[in-house]
Amino acid sequence: MSTANHGNTHSVRHHAHHYESAEHEHQSSKEGVWVFLCTEILMFGGLFVAYAIFHHLFPETFKIGSKFTDVRYGATNTVVLLFSSLTMALGIYYCQIKDQKKAVIALSITILCGFIFMGIKYLEYSHKIHLGLLPGDWYAGNADMIASEIGNLKLPENIGLYFSFYFMMTGIHGIHVLIGMGLIGWVLIRTMRGEFGPNYYTPVEGVGLFWHLVDLVWIYLFPLLYLVE
Amino acid sequence: MGNTSHGAHEHHIIPLKTYLQVFAALIFLTFITVAVTWFDFGAFNAVVAFGIASVKAALVLAYFMHLKYDNMMNRVIIGTGVFFLLVLWFFSILDIVTRVSEQSTL
Repeated sequence: MSTANHGNTHSVRHHAHHYESAEHEHQSSKEGVWVFLCTEILMFGGLFVAYAIFHHLFPETFKIGSKFTDVRYGATNTVVLLFSSLTMALGIYYCQIKDQKKAVIALSITILCGFIFMGIKYLEYSHKIHLGLLPGDWYAGNADMIASEIGNLKLPENIGLYFSFYFMMTGIHGIHVLIGMGLIGWVLIRTMRGEFGPNYYTPVEGVGLFWHLVDLVWIYLFPLLYLVE
Repeated sequence: MGNTSHGAHEHHIIPLKTYLQVFAALIFLTFITVAVTWFDFGAFNAVVAFGIASVKAALVLAYFMHLKYDNMMNRVIIGTGVFFLLVLWFFSILDIVTRVSEQSTL
């Protein structure tokens, strides 16, 4: 890369004056991201604990509710998100070894995976909304369409409860995917500008940590919503 | 700031091969997650599903999120979050399962 005359490209980056060194700045920034991820775990955690409680109280509701989710969609999205985590990690890796071109490719694939994930999510959501499988009080299931979907099963009275969890958990997760895609777009543009290299790639690493957390949450959501017994 | 050292810090770079191996393991475990639902472990179904998910989570944390080569502080931070989540879960479940049952749909 002939970017030698760019101020901080691949050369020494000047850290903010309140840090002792560039390394100090890097570690502090990363620590800040981890603290943020900790609050994310506690936020999603509240939903997971609520799920545990209501699943214990109404196991039938969750068992029948999960019949409306398609394991093929869920498994595909799991693979898509795991693959995007790999390419995200590789994006950082290529910054570390100073391969700007490959870093740009890796980050672009990561965003593409985000689009695929949200596209599949769109198919799932629109199908459920079409059947009237809405959360809580809004539940307005069409009996005929439901019968053709899962057969003549007697639905529990509070089946809307399952869809409350389904839409709330996947919805908040989906918003995180969208935000993550935006953040990766931001570091992608900066990578294309040649702002990152072995000496400075902190924003790529921070955004990567966020993206992996989104993947982590999905690792638990997949069995919880698609494979309930 | 002439006396501060800069630029020469070596961050541990995980080899490409390791990333690919971790990815392969994650895909394999995803397959296992689906495959175990073909069998019935009774009360252990949820334990098996959560166990596999946790192995996957540990792989992502250790390698993709670099915790294996990171300083202790970040492990403590994330461990604290997980610990208090377990506290919330434990006492909530303890409460629910020890209640005298009443018949109600909501």
